[in-house]
Amino acid sequence: MSHSFDDISAQLKGRHRKSARLKWISMGSLGLAGLFLLLFFADMLNRGLPAFQQAYVQVELNYNEDAQRMGRAAMDPEIAPLVSRSFERLIPGMIRDNPDLLGTTEQRWVLANSEVDQYLKGHRNSLNEAEQAAIEALVDSGQVALKFNTTFFTNGDSKMAERAGILSAVVGTVLTMLVTLAIAFPIGVMTALYLEEFAPDNRLTQLIEININNLAAIPSILFGLLGLAIFINFFGVPRSSPLVGGMTLALMTLPVIIIATRTALRSVPDSIRHAAFGVGCSRWQVVRDHVLPLAMPGIMTGSIIGLAQAMGETAPLIIVGMVAFIPDVGVSFTNAATVMPAQIFTWAGEPEQAFVEKTAGGILVLLSILIFLNATAVILRKKFERRW
Amino acid sequence: MNMHIAERSSAPMSPQESSGQETGQPVTRNPNAGHDLSIRIRDLSLWYGNTKALDNLNIDIYQKNVTALIGPSGCGKSTFLRCLNRMNDLIPGVRLEGLVEMDGRDVNAAKMDEVALRRRVGMVFQKPNPFPKSIFENVAYAPRMHDLVSRKAEQEELVEHALREAGLWNEVKDKLQQPGTSLSGGQQQRLCIARAIAVQPDVILMDEPTSALDPISTATIEDLMDKLKKQFTIITVTHNMQQAARVADYTAFFHLGEIIEYNDTNTMFANPHTKKAEDYITGRYG
Amino acid sequence: MQTNQLIALFSGSVLLLGLVAFFLGRAKAARVRAEGTAMFAQPDQYAWFAVLATAGPALVVSAAGAFLMLLLGAEIPTPFLLAASLVVAAVGLMLGMMQVRPDFHARQAIERVIRWVLVGAAMISILTTFGILISIVFEAVRFFQIHSFWEFITGTVWSPGDSFLAAAGRGDESSGGGASFGSVPLFAGTFMITGIAMLVAIPIGLLSAIYMSEFAPSSVRTLAKPTLEVLAGIPTVVYGFFAAITVAPIIVDVAGFIGLDASYNNAVAPGVVMGIMIIPFISSLSDDVINSVPDSMRQGSLALGMTKSETIRDVVIPAALPGIISASLLAVSRALGETMIVVMAAGMRPNLTANPLEDMTTVTVRIVAALTGDLEFESAETLSAFALGLVLFTITLSLNLVSVIMIRRFRDKYRVNNL
Repeated sequence: MSHSFDDISAQLKGRHRKSARLKWISMGSLGLAGLFLLLFFADMLNRGLPAFQQAYVQVELNYNEDAQRMGRAAMDPEIAPLVSRSFERLIPGMIRDNPDLLGTTEQRWVLANSEVDQYLKGHRNSLNEAEQAAIEALVDSGQVALKFNTTFFTNGDSKMAERAGILSAVVGTVLTMLVTLAIAFPIGVMTALYLEEFAPDNRLTQLIEININNLAAIPSILFGLLGLAIFINFFGVPRSSPLVGGMTLALMTLPVIIIATRTALRSVPDSIRHAAFGVGCSRWQVVRDHVLPLAMPGIMTGSIIGLAQAMGETAPLIIVGMVAFIPDVGVSFTNAATVMPAQIFTWAGEPEQAFVEKTAGGILVLLSILIFLNATAVILRKKFERRW
Repeated sequence: MNMHIAERSSAPMSPQESSGQETGQPVTRNPNAGHDLSIRIRDLSLWYGNTKALDNLNIDIYQKNVTALIGPSGCGKSTFLRCLNRMNDLIPGVRLEGLVEMDGRDVNAAKMDEVALRRRVGMVFQKPNPFPKSIFENVAYAPRMHDLVSRKAEQEELVEHALREAGLWNEVKDKLQQPGTSLSGGQQQRLCIARAIAVQPDVILMDEPTSALDPISTATIEDLMDKLKKQFTIITVTHNMQQAARVADYTAFFHLGEIIEYNDTNTMFANPHTKKAEDYITGRYG
Repeated sequence: MQTNQLIALFSGSVLLLGLVAFFLGRAKAARVRAEGTAMFAQPDQYAWFAVLATAGPALVVSAAGAFLMLLLGAEIPTPFLLAASLVVAAVGLMLGMMQVRPDFHARQAIERVIRWVLVGAAMISILTTFGILISIVFEAVRFFQIHSFWEFITGTVWSPGDSFLAAAGRGDESSGGGASFGSVPLFAGTFMITGIAMLVAIPIGLLSAIYMSEFAPSSVRTLAKPTLEVLAGIPTVVYGFFAAITVAPIIVDVAGFIGLDASYNNAVAPGVVMGIMIIPFISSLSDDVINSVPDSMRQGSLALGMTKSETIRDVVIPAALPGIISASLLAVSRALGETMIVVMAAGMRPNLTANPLEDMTTVTVRIVAALTGDLEFESAETLSAFALGLVLFTITLSLNLVSVIMIRRFRDKYRVNNL
């Protein structure tokens, strides 16, 4: 009571100063987290964008006798070392398939090898000065240039960096996700329906609930061990196949879908159920005709998010063998396949410099798909969001 | 509506009476000019966004008395109470005009530190809200932060004093280290009162302090208010008119953001000067 | 191929029988109703009941048969099994048709079947947990039959291949078939990297949550929360690449600048990157918890003349502490089981050291290494992966359970305290 405002304000000065510190530090932390994100994307773009361009060489192809056996003979010996060996190997086949070619010449842009490619992009390479000068001369004369890299999107994996593409991994991912969704969506929705709409509140129900929460937090690699020991070794599902990968990921995605579906079901107000019961619907009719349609947008959103999560998962797939080298694009649920994150993992392990940008390029493709999926989920949620 | 003006000659006028009439403000009166002024409120209006919640209030609060604010719900009593220690600052979109003066200072002035104001104007809330700390720490925390006490012995002395003042000491002296939340509702509320008086404020605001409590706890707290007014100026909001009649020296009747009548409690309940106050007190609405 | 055709034929027949059941059932029910008898259910419901009676038992029989063949190795010829199932379907059809009577509650029967199907679906998640447990325990027990459990828990040398030990003239040091499986260095590496991750994630995550829930204007908050969550949505394999190719060289350079020698497979790079990945787990959960601390607490403190930061530090955070600890435990559990970042950025060499700049390996790295090589499944190294998995499972399970219990207590406490 003897304290005047001035006395108190004087004492408060130091405390206010200290207090301001927490605000700045916490703001700085958030900023730091944002900065990490920014740095990360900048780094990935910086490394990955060059992968969408590829060096091509303009060569004059002489379909002569020697080229029937050795592709290299068809090209100017000065330029031949710059061309991807994968293309050289194709020449004899081209002549065999189309004998009319023999004796003709043609000008063509063909894939350069990865050293030329890396040199043009200013990356580390093993070319000596003379070779570099030769390339510079060809660049000046317009015979060597960087062009949009279609190979990356139309090819499967290859040991030659310039021919390696992501298509087989994309196809593998699609197949695997189909399996995952086909298993996890119905089972997840049914489980959630049971827990929210049918289950009595007893020990078993509680056990299932705790178990689902726990399942969501089990390290993903342990799901891989389950896939290996039970699906592959016990049930004999083919190793490395989209089938076994999809089944393993389905078990991981299950909790995500269950939890999202339960939230969606819970947000449907009880008044709707009561109204439906009131006109004589049975429990299942209430759920099928009234609750489920209203909860559908929420369920779809949750499933898309679960799918995006599964799509980025790698560890369990490595354990069930989905890191196979897949050069050809094949559509089969039971043959060996690879998925995008596994392809990224494989490329990241390649020693060649050219594969670094392939890896980052693959990452950009994967991230774009994930961002697209999540954006779809957000839009779905916004569009169908309903306040009761 | 102004017909009652002629009747109020028995009570002394407040100095602002004339200005209040010029602005069409219903009468607020100074029931007892003999007491020292604690807080002076002039032309106070408050908006939540575009909704006007307080309309041109003029009232004097006197030291070492209990002033009760009554009125139907939504009439602005709590909002007014929270103007006195600037708790409304925490709500986004609140705009305020007019003067709230304490100790010769405008509490809403830019130079006024709201933390310093709250240090002198304590508050007890509707629901007991002890901190997630021990009983001892609940009381000792704020005085320690304010440098009122530092040594352990001083702290213990202060805690005992505050708990005795709040009539809680005998019940908790053996379990000071237990969490404050382990007490019953009435005990928790008295702990909150002890917490408030431990920082030695001038004014204690009480926002329906007994509405969440049982009748016995309510009676204890009413006794406590009577005891505490010897040291503190107490302003209490209450829904319960009997409570206002029992504990308050002055009573202000709020209606739709205006003060309809401000009078000493006996006059207010025995012989209200306005029709609205009479209707409310006799239970015609509320 | 023949089996595939058989299964197609079988599915077709069951489908056909189901259709027959539907239309026969509906026709019969409609006929009964047309005669003026009051029935308990709609014709469609009788029809669906007939379908269930036809297809249900048939599918159960074929599934049971398939399971018997797999589990017990019973030799049941597939055509025989499918034929038996079809017979069951036909019998089911007949029985189902007989049930189309006015006094039969077809709707309730359908509801019962649906209920059991839903219960079955709910059981899958329990089966998954058991599946993980069984698959791990089964193989781990086989491992512990070869190598002592005590040695596994306390041993400080992990060298699954005896060849290089023998080559180094230290073959006599190893036990049990020349290889030694002492998991201490693996767990030391795991905890080291987890610790570094937590040093990054807990302060940044918690402070970000404090800023978002207590200081930030709502516009910043609505933008910052989803932005932070992007960090959690990035696949771990991408983080692994980022750690190995960008962060590790930076760490080596920085260490070199201050005169320290760092390996390119140091523990700091994966630790820091894992920490970044985990920030949103901590911030999101802490944000929710801080927001659920009742506002009356803050007001109580402010009304005593505390500054905002003092209120946060001394009242809000202590009140939210159980939730924050629970979030951190979940984060630890996640860091312990994280695989790709460490596989790509941490070392392969089991190394018992306190220096985070050295290369070290983790439990998950060894699991991957053991299961992706060309080893036969029965080898001790492959089995050791399951033993490691068992320990990992036990630790993460306990952390998750403790975390769940703490968050439940937090919720209960504030429900009670809010009166």
